[in-house]
Amino acid sequence: MSDAPRSERAPTVSGTASSDRARAAGDRAGRDIGDAQRPVVLATRDVKREYTLGAETVRAVRGITLEVREGDWVSLVGPSGCGKSTMLNLLGAIDRPSAGSVEIRGRDTATLSDKEATLLRLREVGFVFQRFYLMPQLSAFENVELPMAEAKVPAAERKARVMELLSYVGLASRAQHRPSELSGGEQQRVAIARALANRPAFLLADEPTGELDAATGADVIALLARLNADGTTLVIVTHDETLARAGRRVVSLRDGQVVKDEAT
Amino acid sequence: MIWSMAARSLTRHRARTMLALAGIAISSAMLLDMVMMSSGMRESFRELLESRGFALRLSPRGTLPFDGEATLGGAAALIAALERDTDLTSVAPVLGGSVHAPKGEGAVTAFGIGLSPEAQGDYVLVRGRNASAPDEVVMNRAYLTASGRRVGDTLTLAAAYDPQLRTFAGVQRVTIVGEARFTYLASDQSAVALPLATLQAMRGSDGRDRLSLVMLKIRPGLDPDSVGARIAREQPRVSALSTRSAVKQAEERLGYFRQLALVLGSISLVVGFLLVSTIVTVSVNERLGEIAVLRAIGVGAPRIAAQVMVEGLALALSGATLGLGLGLVTARWLNSILTGFPSLPDHISFFVFEPGDALSALGLLVITGFVAGALPAWRAARLPIARTLRTEAIA
Repeated sequence: MSDAPRSERAPTVSGTASSDRARAAGDRAGRDIGDAQRPVVLATRDVKREYTLGAETVRAVRGITLEVREGDWVSLVGPSGCGKSTMLNLLGAIDRPSAGSVEIRGRDTATLSDKEATLLRLREVGFVFQRFYLMPQLSAFENVELPMAEAKVPAAERKARVMELLSYVGLASRAQHRPSELSGGEQQRVAIARALANRPAFLLADEPTGELDAATGADVIALLARLNADGTTLVIVTHDETLARAGRRVVSLRDGQVVKDEAT
Repeated sequence: MIWSMAARSLTRHRARTMLALAGIAISSAMLLDMVMMSSGMRESFRELLESRGFALRLSPRGTLPFDGEATLGGAAALIAALERDTDLTSVAPVLGGSVHAPKGEGAVTAFGIGLSPEAQGDYVLVRGRNASAPDEVVMNRAYLTASGRRVGDTLTLAAAYDPQLRTFAGVQRVTIVGEARFTYLASDQSAVALPLATLQAMRGSDGRDRLSLVMLKIRPGLDPDSVGARIAREQPRVSALSTRSAVKQAEERLGYFRQLALVLGSISLVVGFLLVSTIVTVSVNERLGEIAVLRAIGVGAPRIAAQVMVEGLALALSGATLGLGLGLVTARWLNSILTGFPSLPDHISFFVFEPGDALSALGLLVITGFVAGALPAWRAARLPIARTLRTEAIA
């Protein structure tokens, strides 16, 4: 997997920096504790999402109820068009449900203004995309720094945190390289570092290995596993069975509904 | 970071940005030139009239200075009355008319200006000295060349010449004592300055005790129009024209230039607007996925809008800066062409750089560029994140 030595791991890399979450993460990684003791970070209740495509109404999500607790690793799987990505958008507050509710750490996303939703995404959600979507004009360092600058983190703190994150994903030596100078796997690791920049409550990833070859994909899976072991909550949409099995829970969707929710 | 991101976005496609900048620079250069032209002739004319310090000009009632053949009679009495006027500090009478110097079997003609050498405001000596005797004259380079004479030569001047009979009338033998550059005449227009009494005598009954014009300097602090109005009341035979009124009249006559400048300047602004708007729109359309991702990771809509608008502003600002230099160069070039027209005074310029006007025009272009970025900025800020990411993923 990643060329980062385990010793580079730092507690603040995972999830939020709050002591209770760090403790929960430690518990999750070490001894198993009951679900009820871990706070719910994400909850959906009978959530539905419909949109019109030309004259047609598409029912992408048809009433899904789901809870994700701190330290979980949930894989959303299912055939194309089953509503996985729509569900991920709803969980990340970049889309709003047509009915039902989505709560991020107790906040109903439907009640948030655009500004509030933006702040919520900035502070609580980490996004990883299939195509990495790094800013091509920025270096790896600046890409990771971007969300922190937006959150008005002081420059000195930003610099230290960016280097900590890049070390964590094994790319400290590539900090000044632009995305075009990085391999696909390296770009995805930078994207993961960027997603962790503001110590989000959870990380959402949409086919994070979809653009990578098997070996590089395995590196990314190992990095995600390490993140989860360090306490980061993960919700991952994937077609990749290896990635899905790496999680602790697999939620299978079909036609916008949950057809199976099982622990691995 | 907004400026840095905007700059880097623009430099991603250097060739395209450079071409757009060239277009904006040309547009702003044209705008600057039009602004310089709209006020240039007026300011240049004002400077020309004010250059010798004469604030008032008296001419035969109902006429403008040298606007016809009309002259004022009773010149001596008029001059005496004006010299007694305590509001005036200098009285410069002028009588204009053609003079001819025999050359071969014909004559070379010049514009003759009869004046008081000690109070004149029509020429600046280049070399030699002012005429101090009735038979002394100064000429400009054009007439010296045309007549084949030099300073120090003696020649015959005539107030009238009949080319059919080849006869001269009003003949006076004169000595050239100086070379001058005439302020209100083109450098290629032959001219000679004579003592007023000499020209009056040469013209016989047409010139005796007559004047074409009187130029007046007034005491500092007095309003030229008020002084002129008073003189016109006291001297019913004259019309008084202040420099301010003359500039105003010239401005009315030059209205065509100003309208042309206004139309072309407005077109320049529209072209600048379209250039900035197009390039920023294209840039935004290319980055829809990136913008959606920025919004997804928590970058606020105002910040996205600000960055896009800053891109428009940076383009307009850079283009306007380049346009300033380009505009000055093209204005100088165009001015050299236009001032080459015959019979234009040397001191007239079509393009005059007025820093305030120029900066206002370029400021307007920069504001236009900023506004041009507003629509794509608004679109970028309101981008539907989920739908854009889905579209990008499919693409």
